Amino acid sequence: MKKEFYNIANLVTKNAKILDVGCGNGELMKYITENISKDIRGIELSKSNVQKCVEKGLTVIEGDAEKDLKQFPDNSFDFVILSQTLQAFLDPENVLNELLRIGKKAIVSIPNFGHWKVRLHLLLKGTMPVTENLPNEWYNTPNLHMCTIKDFENYCKQRNIKINLKNLKFQNLFSELGIFILEK
Amino acid sequence: MSEKDKIKTLLVKKPLKLDCGQTISDFPLAYETYGKLNDKKDNAILVFHALTGDQFASGTNPITKKDGWWNYALGPGKAIDTDKYFVIAANVIGGCMGSFGPSDINPETKKPYGTNFPVITINDMVNAQYNLLEYFKIEKLFCVIGGSMGGMQVLQFVSNFPNKTHTAIPIACTASHSAQNIALNELGRQSIMADRNWQDGFYEEKNKQPDKGLAVARMAAHITYLSKAGLQEKFGRKLQERDDLKFSFDADFQIESYLRYQGSVFVDRFDANSYLYITRAMDYFDLTKKFGGNLSKAFEKSNTKFFIISFTSDWLYPTSENREIVIALNAIGKDVGFVEITSDKGHDSFLLDVPDFLNTVRNFLNKSYEKI
Repeated sequence: MKKEFYNIANLVTKNAKILDVGCGNGELMKYITENISKDIRGIELSKSNVQKCVEKGLTVIEGDAEKDLKQFPDNSFDFVILSQTLQAFLDPENVLNELLRIGKKAIVSIPNFGHWKVRLHLLLKGTMPVTENLPNEWYNTPNLHMCTIKDFENYCKQRNIKINLKNLKFQNLFSELGIFILEK
Repeated sequence: MSEKDKIKTLLVKKPLKLDCGQTISDFPLAYETYGKLNDKKDNAILVFHALTGDQFASGTNPITKKDGWWNYALGPGKAIDTDKYFVIAANVIGGCMGSFGPSDINPETKKPYGTNFPVITINDMVNAQYNLLEYFKIEKLFCVIGGSMGGMQVLQFVSNFPNKTHTAIPIACTASHSAQNIALNELGRQSIMADRNWQDGFYEEKNKQPDKGLAVARMAAHITYLSKAGLQEKFGRKLQERDDLKFSFDADFQIESYLRYQGSVFVDRFDANSYLYITRAMDYFDLTKKFGGNLSKAFEKSNTKFFIISFTSDWLYPTSENREIVIALNAIGKDVGFVEITSDKGHDSFLLDVPDFLNTVRNFLNKSYEKI
């Protein structure tokens, strides 16, 4: 399992009620089910990934996070997880609002466009950065709304969303990924 | 052994108050079983059939000599594995395969009930079938499963008996029969009633059969079970055993011949009045009615784990209607999974060899059974 998932799993509490938005093939959900909380379910758009979740015995709802979060009542989960998909939504602001509405806490991870490799790539090569976390070319990337850790923190501050993050400048330069816990 | 002896029936002695107001008792309910009930009695699955199905879900139907209607999904080593699970397939009251129905003899008149048979609802069907749990002394089922009208029975069962099953799989169904579906059922009923042999429903005592009307009803319904793409791919404009059009009303096209065949074989196995009664039950089905339009309330007391399945090309019970059930369950924080299977086989997909569907059912059942 990738390191990001261990980091996210460490942030959720024992037996918490959890929703994994864009749960992929269910790798993170499976780890959390087996080690932290059985009360977890996912939403996933890709049909083949949904099948993989069912194969693992996970509760999964085939659906689109941009449309299908509205069916969940306010504060219905202790944690709502969104791993590296925020930048792919047409309307990430709406999705963030929904995450904070249905979850008491939201755990959001983003690929950091402010990482030094990304900055250097653009500076020296003059082409759109392609890295391990951002493997696609500009013409086929699903990422519509890239941001940096700093951008994301500014966004939360402007909207009075509580965000846990220390040492921002250091992280913005040296983290390929930002993982945040958000609260209203 | 006569044909009737091949049908297992439970004689339900307990009075059952029907939604129409009448009370019935001492009535037969037909069923079939597959596999073995284990000592813990925790491996039982109750299967509900669709409109024209019956209790012979697997193997060979001893009455029609055809394959059971769910042969692809149900049997030893199949998605619903009868080597592992004990499957009870329940027939419905109002039907014509051994359960109390309109062709039964009315003890008062000594003639078949015909249209004097009480109108039955999905709720009545499920309340009758519940007696099977008591008969087999099963405290809690592992799963209730069914497609189309069988899915409606699944929803009604969980609503009526909230903690009598660990899991529930409603497939290609709805919680509230749509105007379009009522309209299509009415088309079928009117076709039966327009047949002169129907005789206001008392055809049996007059030794007549409204075969033409029933066949047309089946032909119309059969189209709704398929998809436009599926029909086009299978038949297109192919001609039936001829090189050119005959400039007549003969079955020039293969699709015409196919539908005529479907109609003609159907009348051999199905009773016209049962068709009226069961389609009526579907039309009356609206699980939200008792709960002020709020479907969530129908499931409030249940701890059942739901798994809902729809098909991309099903326009009779489309994904959107299946999703309504998912939404209602999520609104009250119930455990629900949902999958839409890609298939061009239309509503009938759940009866056919659709590997993604069969794998999904197999995986959900086996993984859920590990956890009970």
